Amino acid sequence: MAKLNLTTALATAALLGTASGAWSDENATLIVNGEIEMVTRTAAPDHVPFDEIRSGWTFRTEETQVLQMDDFDNPGMIFVDQAIDTWNTAEGSEGKSCASCHEDVESSMQGVRAVYPKWNETAGEVRTLAMQINDCRENQMGANPYKYDSNPMAAMEALISVQSRGMPVNVAIDGPVSETWEKGKEIYYTRYGQLELSCANCHEDNYDNMIRADHLSQGQINGFPTYRLKNAKLNTVHGRFKGCVRDTRAETFSPGSPEFVALELYVASRGNGLSVEGPSVRN
Amino acid sequence: MIFTRRETLAIGAGAAASAFLPMQVNAAADDVIAAFTGGAEVADGGVDLNAPEIAENGNTVPIEVGADGATAIMLIATGNPTPGVATFHFGKLAGAHVAATRIRLAGTQDVVAIAQMADGSFKRASANVKVTIGGCGG
Amino acid sequence: MADNVKPRVKVPRSASAGESVLLKTLISHPMESGQRKDSDGNPIPRSIINRFTCAFNGENVIDVTLEPAISTNPFIEFEAVVPEAGEFVFTWYDDDGSVYTETKAIEIG
Repeated sequence: MAKLNLTTALATAALLGTASGAWSDENATLIVNGEIEMVTRTAAPDHVPFDEIRSGWTFRTEETQVLQMDDFDNPGMIFVDQAIDTWNTAEGSEGKSCASCHEDVESSMQGVRAVYPKWNETAGEVRTLAMQINDCRENQMGANPYKYDSNPMAAMEALISVQSRGMPVNVAIDGPVSETWEKGKEIYYTRYGQLELSCANCHEDNYDNMIRADHLSQGQINGFPTYRLKNAKLNTVHGRFKGCVRDTRAETFSPGSPEFVALELYVASRGNGLSVEGPSVRN
Repeated sequence: MIFTRRETLAIGAGAAASAFLPMQVNAAADDVIAAFTGGAEVADGGVDLNAPEIAENGNTVPIEVGADGATAIMLIATGNPTPGVATFHFGKLAGAHVAATRIRLAGTQDVVAIAQMADGSFKRASANVKVTIGGCGG
Repeated sequence: MADNVKPRVKVPRSASAGESVLLKTLISHPMESGQRKDSDGNPIPRSIINRFTCAFNGENVIDVTLEPAISTNPFIEFEAVVPEAGEFVFTWYDDDGSVYTETKAIEIG
């Protein structure tokens, strides 16, 4: 059988495993389609209090890990296919599609995901990729904006992300974005909700530990949008933030809110140096 | 290894669940198997069933089955509300008689594969899959 | 028909005559199990892909019966013998009567 070696590898992992992360292969190498080599562990940027930053992929079980290693195993790629159709379909009052301006997505969007969120000089604000997509839809196409964390938005983000896979996340944190970045950092370390938990309490203080049966990651977002086995769809960064904050039993910020935009910038910058993986596969 | 009170409770609950659940549902699973085999005897072995020992999420569990010389393989989740999962019928141009898919498991349970062989006999394999509960459910 | 159903299939471009090749198929589909209830407590009716077939030049490769325990966005992987150049036809059958097909050619060489 083609994949029976999996069982053997798993058995070995179980034997060697420690109390934390007993069944994930933390040192496996992520190569997608046998050609895109991903950096899943690397030296932490100066502004992150770790020795090493790690992609969420390294915290998953081997069965989950392999789902991201081939684009025909990765269910997230179905939605990339859907977004290719959208890319070439005219919408809105101007009769334009994404392709009308940006032409070939593979060349025009290469490297884009790696540097978002970033400063938009004309607008005088920090913009996430989702904000930029909606700006195009509203102001260039005359189309309705997507709901911020909706399925079509996640699919379009995935299509754009694919064009940067394997490139290092390289989000600027100084210059005009510094104020937003500081605000994001403050949110990251603020305890919210009845459980009084900050992002840092789990993803900085306790990553690599088990939270019940779940292997806690560093909360990196280089793999977003991510296909989760839990809800079998592509999940946006802000959708995930909302889920996390809700689980602290807090009233959450809204997807697309200034708070989550700032938090996305800060959290993205904590992954500077990891590869863009989206659409990744997580539990 | 030292268990906290909470861990001990969890282990006890898990053991209780694995003891009771299959008993509740095995009748339904037996019916599905009987419908497939026509009540014929099913021999253990001769079927490869590759399932994770621990599934990270019960919503999407990768499963692979295979049996040389099988004409069909039925996959059953004995602890699901309805035990049937899938039946693979291999045609004239099937390569190795192996198939993989992803399945939903309602909880920790035995997954069973029954292969119908070309000579009309039946073989089986089973695997226990532990379905875990995520951290905070986010 | 479920919304925006999209098949995705991996077939090698070529094979040698008589070779067994690995095929991977995915399709976007909610696979509503019939076990869930909506926010008002009413059961959500079952709506799944209940059958998948693959044929090569008209000859059957695999015929799969799917039950509600198959995950959302069903994935099926299997092997096919390629005796000559030709075309694979993949077909998914929806509970609502919709049929989705995808074809992929393969060369010998």
